[in-house]
Amino acid sequence: MSDQTQTAHSDHADHFSHHVRRYLYVFAALIIGTAFTVWASYIQFPSREINIAVALVIASCKAFLVAGYFMHLISEKKMVYGILGFTLFFFTGLMALTLWSFGDFPPHTVTH
Amino acid sequence: MQATHAIPHTGIHEEHHADAGFWRTYVFSTDHKIIGIQYGVTALCFLFFGFLLMLMMRWQIAHPATPVPLVGPLLEKMLGTVASQGKISPDLYNSFGAMHGTIMVFLAIVPLAFAAFGNYVVPLMIGAPDMAFPRVNMASYQSYVIGGIIMVVSFFIPGGAAQAGWTSYSPLATSIATNGQTFWLVGMVFLITSSLLGAVNFIATIIQLRAPGMTWMRMPFFVWAQFVTAFLLLLAFPPLEAAGIMQLMDKVAHTSFFLPTGLAVGTLGNISGGGSPLLWQHLFWFLGHPEVYVLILPAMGIVAEIIANNTRKPIWGYKSLVYSALTLGFLSFIVWAHHMYLTGMGIRVATFFQTTTMIISIPSVIILTCLFLSLWGGSIRFNTPMLFVMAFLPMFGIGGLTGLPLGFNFSDLHLHDTYYVIAHFHYIVAPGTIFALFAGVYYWFPKMTGRMMNEFWGRVHFWISLICMNLIFQPMFAQGMAGMIRRMSDGGANYTAAHNTAAGADVIGGLSDSLIHLHVFILWAAVCLGAAQIPFIINFFWSIKHGKPAGSDNPWNATTLEWQTPTPPPHGNFAKAPIVYRGPYEYSVPGHATDFTPQNEPDKA
Amino acid sequence: MEIPYTTEIRKDTGLYNAKVGIWLFLASEVMLFGALFSTYILLRVGTPEGYWPHGWLTVWLGTLNTIVLITSSITTVMAWASLKMGNFAKFKMFHAITLCCALMFLAIKSYEYHDKFIHNEITLKDGRIADGHVIKKTAEAVTIEGHFVEDRKELFNLRTGFFGPPKHGEIEIKTADIAKMSNYGPAHHTYNAIYFTLTGLHALHVIGGALVIFYLWAFGGRMWKEDPERFTNRIEISGLFWHFVDLVWIFLFPVLYLL
Repeated sequence: MSDQTQTAHSDHADHFSHHVRRYLYVFAALIIGTAFTVWASYIQFPSREINIAVALVIASCKAFLVAGYFMHLISEKKMVYGILGFTLFFFTGLMALTLWSFGDFPPHTVTH
Repeated sequence: MQATHAIPHTGIHEEHHADAGFWRTYVFSTDHKIIGIQYGVTALCFLFFGFLLMLMMRWQIAHPATPVPLVGPLLEKMLGTVASQGKISPDLYNSFGAMHGTIMVFLAIVPLAFAAFGNYVVPLMIGAPDMAFPRVNMASYQSYVIGGIIMVVSFFIPGGAAQAGWTSYSPLATSIATNGQTFWLVGMVFLITSSLLGAVNFIATIIQLRAPGMTWMRMPFFVWAQFVTAFLLLLAFPPLEAAGIMQLMDKVAHTSFFLPTGLAVGTLGNISGGGSPLLWQHLFWFLGHPEVYVLILPAMGIVAEIIANNTRKPIWGYKSLVYSALTLGFLSFIVWAHHMYLTGMGIRVATFFQTTTMIISIPSVIILTCLFLSLWGGSIRFNTPMLFVMAFLPMFGIGGLTGLPLGFNFSDLHLHDTYYVIAHFHYIVAPGTIFALFAGVYYWFPKMTGRMMNEFWGRVHFWISLICMNLIFQPMFAQGMAGMIRRMSDGGANYTAAHNTAAGADVIGGLSDSLIHLHVFILWAAVCLGAAQIPFIINFFWSIKHGKPAGSDNPWNATTLEWQTPTPPPHGNFAKAPIVYRGPYEYSVPGHATDFTPQNEPDKA
Repeated sequence: MEIPYTTEIRKDTGLYNAKVGIWLFLASEVMLFGALFSTYILLRVGTPEGYWPHGWLTVWLGTLNTIVLITSSITTVMAWASLKMGNFAKFKMFHAITLCCALMFLAIKSYEYHDKFIHNEITLKDGRIADGHVIKKTAEAVTIEGHFVEDRKELFNLRTGFFGPPKHGEIEIKTADIAKMSNYGPAHHTYNAIYFTLTGLHALHVIGGALVIFYLWAFGGRMWKEDPERFTNRIEISGLFWHFVDLVWIFLFPVLYLL
């Protein structure tokens, strides 16, 4: 998909009309997801953490749709997956290790 | 930061080249060779400037509050009260210290090792006509120059340059009332942008533009080293950029990203608080640690090329070298907090980082071992590049091994922020990386100019530099272990008062006279080191026009592709894509007529 | 020798050069925004209970901006698809909408920023705290549309509805009575600091992306005629950047506005 050697335009046109439909479904899903996120944020769950989790899960689904379909990642080449895989690993490392350091103190440390 | 130039172009090279004037050819060039030379010359100028800053600092350390000879009056004229009577005031010392580090790391070594050598050599070595994105390449050089200008200009604004170390820890960095830090941060944004653009270019070029037959495992190790280095720059710099933006906000918009609640220093009383100084440290060192591998990997690449060439045999353990470089790059992202052992970390986090730090020494040692073993059984030619490269091996060995006590948090407790650390990293970068870079200059000079640099003066440069570098940094290990801490503008004079000579017994924490006297010794060694660079500088410029002609396009009888082009290589490098038939180090192949077989030489039979 | 694979695909990677380049660049951008999101988490976790604000941003405006960006995302991919199908006119139409969406996003963002700069917290000399938007300011007095609060902690939970905080009455405060007055700019609280930094950096990316798309939209006709495949690739690459900008907002919106 998405590539280059230009054959007759008509082939591409057919090929693309089914892609266009997919884009429209993704658009609809994104709008619904947005509405859903806003609605869910007003629900009083037992703890705030659940609100956070719900919001992040919905955001991740929306992100997956944009990245997968609009950015064509779902049919992308291994090289790109490799680059992004490493990035994800280091991004997670940065976040996780930094947060962990903030929470780990020697015994008897006074925090405010 | 914007992707405004990530757009390829074809078919325009010829038109441009036909009638490109001086400006297009030499100033606004998109040719990787010109850009490589631009980076190289600019970086060498910054290296020299950083060296001068160091000399003035060492003067102040050895002779506190004494006017600097020769340049004292000039300093006073240029910088005003901070250099009154030609003496280096504590504030000026601090700004020299911060800028020496910043300039050496970001304006000299990385641009020279990565951008200069990488730009010139990598496309040639892989058989490509240029970098994948020539205009992005030009933009990256221009961004670097702008960043450099901002850094230099900062010396001359009221209040002078940044003073909080190259590490710019908050709250100090933003509580100093002058604007040097702001200039530093803006300058860093330009330098980081330059590095990011360069990194994208290198990686895309190496992935996409390898000539037919140039498989991944046939690439010279230098290219692998640059590939890993580019990835480190690509993924590690952005968090520092984010941190820089936040520190800039702290300074200019009075936010409290890195300022804790309850802090009130002078003008800072009116802030919201709620921030964390530790956050700056984490984000800084997330870049800071991979950065040190950025400083060493290209050097290791150069060393590998020159060893293979001058032993007339393949590098020992090519696969080990490649996998070690990849592992080194990968691990370098998860060791950073070993720079932060003294920040009150808990046991678990400290153990995690200590463990990863110990693990990362393994690929480092493997690389050094492979390079050492490559000498075994070689038919060694002791030319100038080879001398520098052979010295690199034990010097980097010392630097690396002295890092081990720093990597363990229990010993780091004693050594953190002392001169031991300074000695450790300078051993790696000065007689380590810089020696490899000198070697690279002598080695690739005939490809760029068609002439050899003078051998005699090369050896003079080598021997005096080697001896002097050891004389400068070896004593610092002793000073550091005795407790002399870093960044003291009086060289530790304040701590000598604690030394109780009358009672004949040392007071713990005092610095003995002999340690202090070492400062004078070090100063003289540094002056000699500076003097040793003069033959190099003269040699470099003189040989461009008057050096011994190289005699051929491949005077070193090397196997890699950059030597199989005309001298200097024309625009587009190769008339058509070379075809690669073999690995990069086919030296002394049994039964072959010559003792080297270029990568693109067709198989007989 | 020409630089190969500028439009033609290299067989072993299956990619053309600029595609590799843009994904590498986006990887670095992930790390950039990732560091800022990490900062957000750290600042929030490090703030004492009850002192991390909620409801300081107007949700309906943020939702509208989200919809605007999602719309621009689909028009971006449709613009590219139109070119793949050989329809330059449709490409022009879709990217015109993309650019309008970008402008609308920036306009709404500017309004929101302005709102923060006229929203003030005033501590009076007698210890009372007033909070509201400045309507009029003279040398003698400040008139705000706002309210007094008993405990400063109340200001941290304006858990207002979808359409924003309730309208308050007008209060006039004499300048002489004011001990301290500060607006809700970046210096007000670390929440504002990270809000302005994250959205400001994001907005810079919106501007940058829009400029590139505008350039290609306005001046692309010539390249479309000379080398349609190369032009289509440029639209794809700039589109990938634009989608990334949308992706960042997809996380920014709930994190800053809803949680």
